[in-house]
Amino acid sequence: MRNVILFIRRYLTFFTFLLLQILSLWFLYSYNKFHQAQFLQWANELTGQINTRYKKVENFFVLGEENKRLHRVNDSLLNLLAQQYVQPDTTKRLVVDTLLQDSTRQTRRYYFRPASVIYNSTSGEKNYIQLDRGSVEGITENMSVLNADGSAVGIVVSVSPHFSQVMSLLHVRQKVNVALKKTGDFGTLEWDGADPSVLLLKGLPKSVPVKVGDVVVSSRYSFNFPPGYPVGVVSGIVSDNSTNFYVLKVRPSARFNNLQHVFVVENLQYTEQSKLDEDTRKRIEDPKRNPR
Amino acid sequence: MREVIRNIVRLLLFLFIEVYVLHSIPHLHRFISPSLYFIFLLWLPFSIRPRLLLWIAFFTGLIVDYFLQSPGLHASACLVLAFIRPFLITVLTPRDSTEFNYREPSPQSLLWAPYVIYITLLTFSYHTWLVFLEWLSFGSFGDFLIKTFASTAISLLLIIPIELLFPRQMRYRTNVGS
Repeated sequence: MRNVILFIRRYLTFFTFLLLQILSLWFLYSYNKFHQAQFLQWANELTGQINTRYKKVENFFVLGEENKRLHRVNDSLLNLLAQQYVQPDTTKRLVVDTLLQDSTRQTRRYYFRPASVIYNSTSGEKNYIQLDRGSVEGITENMSVLNADGSAVGIVVSVSPHFSQVMSLLHVRQKVNVALKKTGDFGTLEWDGADPSVLLLKGLPKSVPVKVGDVVVSSRYSFNFPPGYPVGVVSGIVSDNSTNFYVLKVRPSARFNNLQHVFVVENLQYTEQSKLDEDTRKRIEDPKRNPR
Repeated sequence: MREVIRNIVRLLLFLFIEVYVLHSIPHLHRFISPSLYFIFLLWLPFSIRPRLLLWIAFFTGLIVDYFLQSPGLHASACLVLAFIRPFLITVLTPRDSTEFNYREPSPQSLLWAPYVIYITLLTFSYHTWLVFLEWLSFGSFGDFLIKTFASTAISLLLIIPIELLFPRQMRYRTNVGS
Protein backbone atom coordinates (compact mmCIF):
# COMPACT_ATOMS: atom_id res chain seq x y z
CA MET A 1 0.00 0.00 0.00
CA ARG A 2 2.77 2.35 0.96
CA ASN A 3 4.48 1.63 -2.31
CA VAL A 4 1.34 2.47 -4.25
CA ILE A 5 1.02 5.81 -2.49
CA LEU A 6 4.71 6.51 -3.07
CA PHE A 7 4.27 5.61 -6.73
CA ILE A 8 1.33 7.97 -7.12
CA ARG A 9 3.16 10.76 -5.31
CA ARG A 10 6.18 10.27 -7.46
CA TYR A 11 4.19 10.64 -10.65
CA LEU A 12 1.56 13.03 -9.36
CA THR A 13 2.19 15.53 -12.15
CA PHE A 14 1.75 12.86 -14.75
CA PHE A 15 -1.45 11.65 -13.15
CA THR A 16 -2.80 15.19 -12.98
CA PHE A 17 -2.04 15.51 -16.66
CA LEU A 18 -3.78 12.24 -17.42
CA LEU A 19 -6.83 13.12 -15.35
CA LEU A 20 -7.28 16.55 -16.91
CA GLN A 21 -6.66 15.14 -20.37
CA ILE A 22 -9.36 12.52 -19.89
CA LEU A 23 -11.69 15.18 -18.53
CA SER A 24 -11.20 17.44 -21.55
CA LEU A 25 -11.56 14.58 -24.03
CA TRP A 26 -14.76 13.57 -22.30
CA PHE A 27 -16.03 17.15 -22.70
CA LEU A 28 -15.05 17.09 -26.35
CA TYR A 29 -16.66 13.80 -27.23
CA SER A 30 -19.89 14.36 -25.36
CA TYR A 31 -20.19 17.68 -27.18
CA ASN A 32 -19.37 16.28 -30.60
CA LYS A 33 -21.95 13.56 -30.22
CA PHE A 34 -24.93 15.25 -28.66
CA HIS A 35 -24.00 18.92 -28.43
CA GLN A 36 -24.47 18.59 -24.70
CA ALA A 37 -21.29 19.37 -22.89
CA GLN A 38 -20.84 19.78 -19.18
CA PHE A 39 -21.41 23.26 -17.77
CA LEU A 40 -22.31 24.38 -21.27
CA GLN A 41 -25.45 26.23 -20.18
CA TRP A 42 -23.62 28.05 -17.47
CA ALA A 43 -20.69 28.87 -19.74
CA ASN A 44 -23.09 29.91 -22.46
CA GLU A 45 -24.66 32.50 -20.20
CA LEU A 46 -21.24 33.90 -19.32
CA THR A 47 -19.80 34.04 -22.83
CA GLY A 48 -23.14 35.41 -24.00
CA GLN A 49 -22.91 38.34 -21.62
CA ILE A 50 -19.40 39.21 -22.79
CA ASN A 51 -20.25 38.72 -26.46
CA THR A 52 -23.28 41.00 -26.11
CA ARG A 53 -21.11 43.80 -24.74
CA TYR A 54 -18.61 43.39 -27.53
CA LYS A 55 -21.25 43.15 -30.24
CA LYS A 56 -22.87 46.37 -29.08
CA VAL A 57 -19.75 48.21 -30.14
CA GLU A 58 -19.11 46.19 -33.28
CA ASN A 59 -22.68 46.46 -34.56
CA PHE A 60 -22.28 50.17 -34.75
CA PHE A 61 -19.82 49.85 -37.61
CA VAL A 62 -21.94 47.62 -39.81
CA LEU A 63 -25.25 49.42 -39.45
CA GLY A 64 -25.10 50.69 -43.04
CA GLU A 65 -24.90 47.20 -44.50
CA GLU A 66 -27.72 45.97 -42.30
CA ASN A 67 -29.92 48.94 -43.23
CA LYS A 68 -29.45 48.19 -46.91
CA ARG A 69 -30.44 44.58 -46.35
CA LEU A 70 -33.56 45.54 -44.43
CA HIS A 71 -34.43 48.09 -47.07
CA ARG A 72 -34.28 45.40 -49.73
CA VAL A 73 -36.59 43.16 -47.70
CA ASN A 74 -39.05 46.02 -47.18
CA ASP A 75 -38.91 46.71 -50.87
CA SER A 76 -39.77 43.14 -51.75
CA LEU A 77 -42.61 43.12 -49.22
CA LEU A 78 -44.04 46.44 -50.40
CA ASN A 79 -44.18 45.06 -53.90
CA LEU A 80 -46.38 42.24 -52.69
CA LEU A 81 -49.04 44.53 -51.21
CA ALA A 82 -52.51 44.16 -52.68
CA GLN A 83 -52.64 47.89 -53.48
CA GLN A 84 -49.88 47.49 -56.03
CA TYR A 85 -52.07 45.37 -58.28
CA VAL A 86 -54.80 46.74 -60.51
CA GLN A 87 -57.40 44.68 -62.24
CA PRO A 88 -58.01 45.73 -65.84
CA ASP A 89 -61.55 44.43 -65.53
CA THR A 90 -63.46 46.80 -63.24
CA THR A 91 -66.11 44.27 -62.34
CA LYS A 92 -63.46 42.17 -60.65
CA ARG A 93 -62.44 43.01 -57.15
CA LEU A 94 -59.34 41.91 -55.35
CA VAL A 95 -60.41 40.24 -52.16
CA VAL A 96 -57.98 39.27 -49.52
CA ASP A 97 -59.51 36.31 -47.79
CA THR A 98 -58.02 36.34 -44.36
CA LEU A 99 -59.38 32.89 -43.59
CA LEU A 100 -57.09 31.40 -46.19
CA GLN A 101 -54.09 32.77 -44.40
CA ASP A 102 -53.00 30.51 -41.63
CA SER A 103 -53.86 32.80 -38.79
CA THR A 104 -55.12 30.18 -36.39
CA ARG A 105 -52.90 28.19 -34.13
CA GLN A 106 -54.09 24.85 -35.47
CA THR A 107 -53.00 25.37 -39.01
CA ARG A 108 -50.06 27.62 -38.46
CA ARG A 109 -46.85 25.76 -39.13
CA TYR A 110 -44.00 28.24 -38.76
CA TYR A 111 -43.42 30.92 -36.21
CA PHE A 112 -40.71 33.56 -36.66
CA ARG A 113 -38.82 35.16 -33.81
CA PRO A 114 -36.28 37.93 -34.25
CA ALA A 115 -32.82 37.56 -32.72
CA SER A 116 -29.38 39.14 -33.00
CA VAL A 117 -26.09 37.43 -33.65
CA ILE A 118 -23.61 38.10 -30.87
CA TYR A 119 -20.77 35.78 -31.80
CA ASN A 120 -19.94 34.37 -35.15
CA SER A 121 -16.98 32.63 -36.69
CA THR A 122 -16.27 31.33 -40.17
CA SER A 123 -12.62 30.46 -39.78
CA GLY A 124 -12.93 26.88 -38.57
CA GLU A 125 -14.43 23.68 -39.86
CA LYS A 126 -17.09 23.59 -37.18
CA ASN A 127 -18.61 27.02 -37.04
CA TYR A 128 -21.18 28.06 -34.51
CA ILE A 129 -23.15 31.24 -34.10
CA GLN A 130 -24.37 32.60 -30.80
CA LEU A 131 -27.72 34.37 -30.58
CA ASP A 132 -29.03 36.65 -27.86
CA ARG A 133 -32.30 34.75 -27.40
CA GLY A 134 -32.71 31.63 -25.32
CA SER A 135 -35.22 29.27 -23.77
CA VAL A 136 -36.82 32.13 -21.82
CA GLU A 137 -37.84 33.67 -25.13
CA GLY A 138 -39.09 30.31 -26.39
CA ILE A 139 -36.14 29.16 -28.44
CA THR A 140 -35.62 25.40 -28.45
CA GLU A 141 -33.28 23.04 -30.22
CA ASN A 142 -33.82 22.17 -33.89
CA MET A 143 -35.29 25.52 -34.84
CA SER A 144 -33.92 26.90 -38.08
CA VAL A 145 -32.27 30.28 -38.44
CA LEU A 146 -32.76 32.61 -41.40
CA ASN A 147 -30.84 35.77 -42.16
CA ALA A 148 -32.57 39.17 -42.20
CA ASP A 149 -33.15 38.76 -45.95
CA GLY A 150 -34.56 35.26 -45.55
CA SER A 151 -31.56 33.19 -46.60
CA ALA A 152 -30.77 30.04 -44.63
CA VAL A 153 -28.12 30.32 -41.93
CA GLY A 154 -28.24 27.26 -39.68
CA ILE A 155 -30.01 25.23 -37.04
CA VAL A 156 -30.17 25.80 -33.27
CA VAL A 157 -28.30 23.04 -31.46
CA SER A 158 -28.27 24.12 -27.83
CA VAL A 159 -29.99 26.71 -25.70
CA SER A 160 -29.43 28.27 -22.32
CA PRO A 161 -31.95 30.60 -20.59
CA HIS A 162 -30.89 33.75 -22.44
CA PHE A 163 -28.65 32.61 -25.29
CA SER A 164 -28.59 29.94 -27.93
CA GLN A 165 -26.02 28.26 -30.15
CA VAL A 166 -26.60 27.77 -33.84
CA MET A 167 -24.79 25.22 -35.97
CA SER A 168 -24.07 27.21 -39.10
CA LEU A 169 -24.37 25.81 -42.62
CA LEU A 170 -20.58 26.11 -42.54
CA HIS A 171 -20.19 23.11 -40.28
CA VAL A 172 -18.85 19.80 -41.50
CA ARG A 173 -21.59 17.86 -39.73
CA GLN A 174 -24.45 19.98 -40.99
CA LYS A 175 -26.88 18.29 -43.38
CA VAL A 176 -29.85 20.23 -44.71
CA ASN A 177 -32.55 19.03 -47.06
CA VAL A 178 -32.75 21.51 -49.94
CA ALA A 179 -34.43 21.63 -53.34
CA LEU A 180 -33.92 23.22 -56.73
CA LYS A 181 -36.31 26.11 -57.08
CA LYS A 182 -36.93 25.39 -60.77
CA THR A 183 -37.85 21.72 -60.62
CA GLY A 184 -38.43 21.00 -56.94
CA ASP A 185 -36.03 18.04 -56.88
CA PHE A 186 -34.39 17.70 -53.53
CA GLY A 187 -30.94 16.79 -52.29
CA THR A 188 -28.72 17.19 -49.26
CA LEU A 189 -26.61 20.24 -48.62
CA GLU A 190 -23.28 19.67 -46.91
CA TRP A 191 -19.99 21.44 -46.39
CA ASP A 192 -16.56 19.85 -46.73
CA GLY A 193 -14.79 22.39 -44.56
CA ALA A 194 -12.66 23.77 -47.36
CA ASP A 195 -14.07 27.01 -48.70
CA PRO A 196 -16.82 29.00 -46.96
CA SER A 197 -18.11 30.24 -50.31
CA VAL A 198 -18.72 26.72 -51.61
CA LEU A 199 -21.34 24.38 -50.16
CA LEU A 200 -21.95 20.96 -51.69
CA LEU A 201 -25.32 19.71 -52.86
CA LYS A 202 -25.42 15.93 -53.11
CA GLY A 203 -28.00 13.31 -53.91
CA LEU A 204 -29.63 15.06 -56.85
CA PRO A 205 -30.19 12.54 -59.70
CA LYS A 206 -28.50 13.28 -63.03
CA SER A 207 -31.83 13.11 -64.84
CA VAL A 208 -32.64 16.56 -63.48
CA PRO A 209 -31.56 19.40 -65.76
CA VAL A 210 -29.24 21.67 -63.79
CA LYS A 211 -27.49 24.82 -64.97
CA VAL A 212 -25.00 27.08 -63.27
CA GLY A 213 -27.02 29.91 -61.78
CA ASP A 214 -29.99 27.81 -60.69
CA VAL A 215 -31.40 28.85 -57.34
CA VAL A 216 -31.39 26.41 -54.45
CA VAL A 217 -34.09 26.86 -51.82
CA SER A 218 -35.04 25.10 -48.60
CA SER A 219 -37.02 21.94 -49.29
CA ARG A 220 -40.60 21.15 -48.36
CA TYR A 221 -39.35 17.95 -46.75
CA SER A 222 -37.10 19.68 -44.28
CA PHE A 223 -38.31 19.42 -40.69
CA ASN A 224 -36.44 22.56 -39.65
CA PHE A 225 -36.54 25.07 -42.48
CA PRO A 226 -39.70 26.64 -43.85
CA PRO A 227 -39.96 25.79 -47.57
CA GLY A 228 -38.91 28.11 -50.35
CA TYR A 229 -36.36 30.27 -48.60
CA PRO A 230 -33.17 30.88 -50.56
CA VAL A 231 -30.14 28.81 -49.62
CA GLY A 232 -27.78 29.54 -52.47
CA VAL A 233 -27.02 29.57 -56.15
CA VAL A 234 -25.43 26.73 -58.12
CA SER A 235 -21.92 27.92 -58.96
CA GLY A 236 -20.41 24.80 -60.45
CA ILE A 237 -21.06 21.20 -61.40
CA VAL A 238 -18.50 18.58 -60.41
CA SER A 239 -18.55 15.83 -62.99
CA ASP A 240 -18.37 12.41 -61.44
CA ASN A 241 -19.06 9.56 -63.85
CA SER A 242 -19.07 6.88 -61.20
CA THR A 243 -22.44 7.80 -59.73
CA ASN A 244 -25.83 8.72 -61.00
CA PHE A 245 -25.98 11.75 -58.75
CA TYR A 246 -24.72 15.25 -59.15
CA VAL A 247 -22.27 16.92 -56.84
CA LEU A 248 -23.13 20.60 -57.17
CA LYS A 249 -21.18 23.51 -55.82
CA VAL A 250 -23.51 26.02 -54.23
CA ARG A 251 -22.62 29.59 -53.31
CA PRO A 252 -24.56 30.40 -50.13
CA SER A 253 -26.97 33.34 -50.24
CA ALA A 254 -26.29 34.33 -46.65
CA ARG A 255 -23.06 36.20 -46.15
CA PHE A 256 -21.85 34.44 -43.04
CA ASN A 257 -19.27 37.05 -42.26
CA ASN A 258 -21.63 39.89 -41.51
CA LEU A 259 -24.67 38.28 -39.98
CA GLN A 260 -26.37 40.68 -37.65
CA HIS A 261 -30.11 40.30 -37.27
CA VAL A 262 -31.65 36.92 -37.92
CA PHE A 263 -34.97 35.11 -37.59
CA VAL A 264 -35.33 31.97 -35.56
CA VAL A 265 -38.04 29.89 -37.17
CA GLU A 266 -39.97 27.37 -35.18
CA ASN A 267 -41.69 24.49 -36.93
CA LEU A 268 -44.71 24.10 -34.69
CA GLN A 269 -45.23 20.54 -35.87
CA TYR A 270 -41.62 19.49 -35.44
CA THR A 271 -42.16 17.25 -32.42
CA GLU A 272 -45.07 15.46 -34.05
CA GLN A 273 -43.22 14.98 -37.32
CA SER A 274 -40.02 13.69 -35.83
CA LYS A 275 -41.90 11.39 -33.46
CA LEU A 276 -43.84 9.88 -36.34
CA ASP A 277 -40.63 9.48 -38.29
CA GLU A 278 -38.92 7.76 -35.40
CA ASP A 279 -41.88 5.50 -34.66
CA THR A 280 -42.03 4.40 -38.28
CA ARG A 281 -38.36 3.62 -38.29
CA LYS A 282 -38.65 1.60 -35.10
CA ARG A 283 -41.54 -0.34 -36.43
CA ILE A 284 -39.86 -1.25 -39.68
CA GLU A 285 -36.58 -2.17 -38.08
CA ASP A 286 -38.04 -4.23 -35.28
CA PRO A 287 -41.15 -5.92 -36.65
CA LYS A 288 -41.29 -8.60 -33.97
CA ARG A 289 -41.90 -6.26 -31.10
CA ASN A 290 -44.51 -4.25 -32.94
CA PRO A 291 -46.33 -6.65 -35.28
CA ARG A 292 -47.93 -4.90 -38.19
CA MET B 1 1.28 39.58 -6.30
CA ARG B 2 2.34 41.89 -9.11
CA GLU B 3 3.30 38.81 -11.03
CA VAL B 4 -0.18 37.33 -10.67
CA ILE B 5 -1.89 40.54 -11.80
CA ARG B 6 0.50 40.89 -14.71
CA ASN B 7 -0.31 37.38 -15.86
CA ILE B 8 -4.05 37.81 -15.46
CA VAL B 9 -3.98 40.99 -17.56
CA ARG B 10 -1.92 39.13 -20.15
CA LEU B 11 -4.40 36.26 -20.19
CA LEU B 12 -7.37 38.58 -20.69
CA LEU B 13 -5.59 40.41 -23.49
CA PHE B 14 -4.69 37.22 -25.31
CA LEU B 15 -8.17 35.78 -24.88
CA PHE B 16 -9.65 38.94 -26.34
CA ILE B 17 -7.34 38.79 -29.35
CA GLU B 18 -7.99 35.09 -29.86
CA VAL B 19 -11.76 35.26 -29.65
CA TYR B 20 -12.56 38.62 -31.22
CA VAL B 21 -9.74 39.06 -33.70
CA LEU B 22 -8.19 35.79 -34.81
CA HIS B 23 -11.44 33.87 -34.88
CA SER B 24 -13.57 36.70 -36.23
CA ILE B 25 -11.47 37.65 -39.23
CA PRO B 26 -12.75 36.33 -42.56
CA HIS B 27 -11.71 32.81 -43.45
CA LEU B 28 -8.09 32.85 -44.64
CA HIS B 29 -7.61 29.35 -45.95
CA ARG B 30 -8.80 25.88 -45.00
CA PHE B 31 -5.35 24.99 -43.70
CA ILE B 32 -4.53 28.21 -41.92
CA SER B 33 -6.04 28.98 -38.58
CA PRO B 34 -3.81 31.34 -36.61
CA SER B 35 -3.73 31.02 -32.86
CA LEU B 36 -1.93 33.10 -30.33
CA TYR B 37 -3.36 32.80 -26.83
CA PHE B 38 -1.15 29.85 -25.83
CA ILE B 39 1.94 32.05 -25.57
CA PHE B 40 0.40 33.11 -22.28
CA LEU B 41 1.42 29.63 -21.11
CA LEU B 42 4.87 29.96 -22.65
CA TRP B 43 5.43 33.22 -20.81
CA LEU B 44 4.52 31.97 -17.35
CA PRO B 45 7.38 32.24 -14.84
CA PHE B 46 10.08 29.60 -14.51
CA SER B 47 9.21 29.17 -10.87
CA ILE B 48 5.70 27.86 -11.52
CA ARG B 49 5.12 24.31 -10.33
CA PRO B 50 4.34 21.76 -13.08
CA ARG B 51 1.05 20.71 -11.49
CA LEU B 52 -0.17 24.29 -11.12
CA LEU B 53 0.86 24.87 -14.73
CA LEU B 54 -1.33 21.96 -15.81
CA TRP B 55 -4.34 23.37 -14.01
CA ILE B 56 -3.78 26.85 -15.45
CA ALA B 57 -3.41 25.38 -18.93
CA PHE B 58 -6.59 23.37 -18.53
CA PHE B 59 -8.67 26.37 -17.50
CA THR B 60 -7.13 28.68 -20.11
CA GLY B 61 -8.00 26.16 -22.81
CA LEU B 62 -11.46 25.67 -21.41
CA ILE B 63 -12.24 29.39 -21.45
CA VAL B 64 -11.22 29.57 -25.11
CA ASP B 65 -13.28 26.44 -25.76
CA TYR B 66 -16.45 27.82 -24.31
CA PHE B 67 -16.10 30.94 -26.43
CA LEU B 68 -15.45 28.97 -29.58
CA GLN B 69 -17.95 26.17 -28.94
CA SER B 70 -15.56 23.27 -28.81
CA PRO B 71 -15.53 22.20 -25.13
CA GLY B 72 -12.36 20.26 -24.36
CA LEU B 73 -10.51 20.70 -27.65
CA HIS B 74 -8.20 23.58 -26.80
CA ALA B 75 -8.02 22.49 -23.16
CA SER B 76 -6.61 19.16 -24.26
CA ALA B 77 -4.03 20.77 -26.55
CA CYS B 78 -2.99 23.25 -23.84
CA LEU B 79 -2.48 20.35 -21.43
CA VAL B 80 -0.07 18.69 -23.84
CA LEU B 81 1.83 21.94 -24.13
CA ALA B 82 1.93 22.44 -20.37
CA PHE B 83 3.10 18.89 -19.81
CA ILE B 84 6.03 19.23 -22.20
CA ARG B 85 7.09 22.74 -21.10
CA PRO B 86 9.00 21.85 -17.88
CA PHE B 87 11.08 19.19 -19.65
CA LEU B 88 11.94 21.54 -22.45
CA ILE B 89 12.98 24.28 -20.06
CA THR B 90 15.25 21.88 -18.22
CA VAL B 91 16.90 20.91 -21.48
CA LEU B 92 17.26 24.43 -22.85
CA THR B 93 18.50 26.38 -19.84
CA PRO B 94 22.24 26.83 -19.37
CA ARG B 95 23.77 24.07 -17.33
CA ASP B 96 26.09 26.11 -15.15
CA SER B 97 23.48 28.27 -13.45
CA THR B 98 21.84 26.58 -10.51
CA GLU B 99 19.10 29.18 -10.30
CA PHE B 100 17.25 31.15 -12.89
CA ASN B 101 18.48 34.66 -13.23
CA TYR B 102 15.36 35.86 -14.96
CA ARG B 103 11.72 35.58 -14.07
CA GLU B 104 10.21 34.01 -17.16
CA PRO B 105 11.19 32.54 -20.54
CA SER B 106 12.09 35.25 -23.04
CA PRO B 107 14.68 35.81 -25.77
CA GLN B 108 16.69 37.62 -23.16
CA SER B 109 16.67 34.93 -20.52
CA LEU B 110 17.08 31.89 -22.73
CA LEU B 111 18.95 33.62 -25.56
CA TRP B 112 17.48 33.77 -29.04
CA ALA B 113 18.38 30.39 -30.47
CA PRO B 114 17.17 28.25 -27.55
CA TYR B 115 14.13 30.48 -27.18
CA VAL B 116 13.10 30.00 -30.81
CA ILE B 117 13.51 26.25 -30.37
CA TYR B 118 11.41 26.49 -27.22
CA ILE B 119 8.49 28.28 -28.86
CA THR B 120 8.73 26.30 -32.10
CA LEU B 121 8.59 22.93 -30.39
CA LEU B 122 5.77 23.90 -28.05
CA THR B 123 3.74 25.58 -30.80
CA PHE B 124 4.25 22.53 -32.95
CA SER B 125 3.18 20.10 -30.23
CA TYR B 126 0.15 22.25 -29.43
CA HIS B 127 -0.98 22.36 -33.05
CA THR B 128 -0.21 18.70 -33.69
CA TRP B 129 -2.47 17.61 -30.86
CA LEU B 130 -5.17 20.16 -31.74
CA VAL B 131 -5.30 19.21 -35.41
CA PHE B 132 -5.02 15.53 -34.51
CA LEU B 133 -8.18 15.76 -32.42
CA GLU B 134 -9.95 17.62 -35.22
CA TRP B 135 -8.74 15.05 -37.72
CA LEU B 136 -10.18 12.19 -35.64
CA SER B 137 -13.65 13.53 -36.21
CA PHE B 138 -13.16 14.87 -39.70
CA GLY B 139 -10.73 15.10 -42.59
CA SER B 140 -7.95 13.13 -44.28
CA PHE B 141 -4.40 12.38 -43.20
CA GLY B 142 -2.88 14.66 -45.81
CA ASP B 143 -5.01 17.52 -44.51
CA PHE B 144 -3.83 16.74 -40.99
CA LEU B 145 -0.16 17.00 -41.94
CA ILE B 146 -0.50 20.15 -44.01
CA LYS B 147 -2.72 21.84 -41.47
CA THR B 148 -0.35 21.09 -38.60
CA PHE B 149 2.62 22.63 -40.38
CA ALA B 150 0.67 25.55 -41.82
CA SER B 151 -0.90 26.46 -38.48
CA THR B 152 2.42 26.18 -36.68
CA ALA B 153 4.06 28.40 -39.28
CA ILE B 154 1.37 31.07 -39.15
CA SER B 155 1.38 31.08 -35.35
CA LEU B 156 5.16 31.46 -35.26
CA LEU B 157 4.80 34.23 -37.77
CA LEU B 158 2.62 36.00 -35.22
CA ILE B 159 4.65 35.16 -32.12
CA ILE B 160 8.10 36.16 -33.31
CA PRO B 161 7.12 39.71 -34.37
CA ILE B 162 5.37 40.08 -31.01
CA GLU B 163 8.59 39.15 -29.25
CA LEU B 164 10.48 41.66 -31.36
CA LEU B 165 7.94 44.47 -31.09
CA PHE B 166 7.12 44.15 -27.40
CA PRO B 167 10.28 43.17 -25.58
CA ARG B 168 9.27 42.40 -22.03
CA GLN B 169 11.18 44.40 -19.43
CA MET B 170 13.34 41.88 -17.64
CA ARG B 171 15.31 42.65 -14.58
CA TYR B 172 18.35 40.60 -13.85
CA ARG B 173 17.58 38.97 -10.54
CA THR B 174 20.30 39.03 -7.97
CA ASN B 175 20.18 38.19 -4.32
CA VAL B 176 21.51 41.61 -3.41
CA GLY B 177 18.93 43.63 -1.58
CA SER B 178 16.02 41.28 -2.12
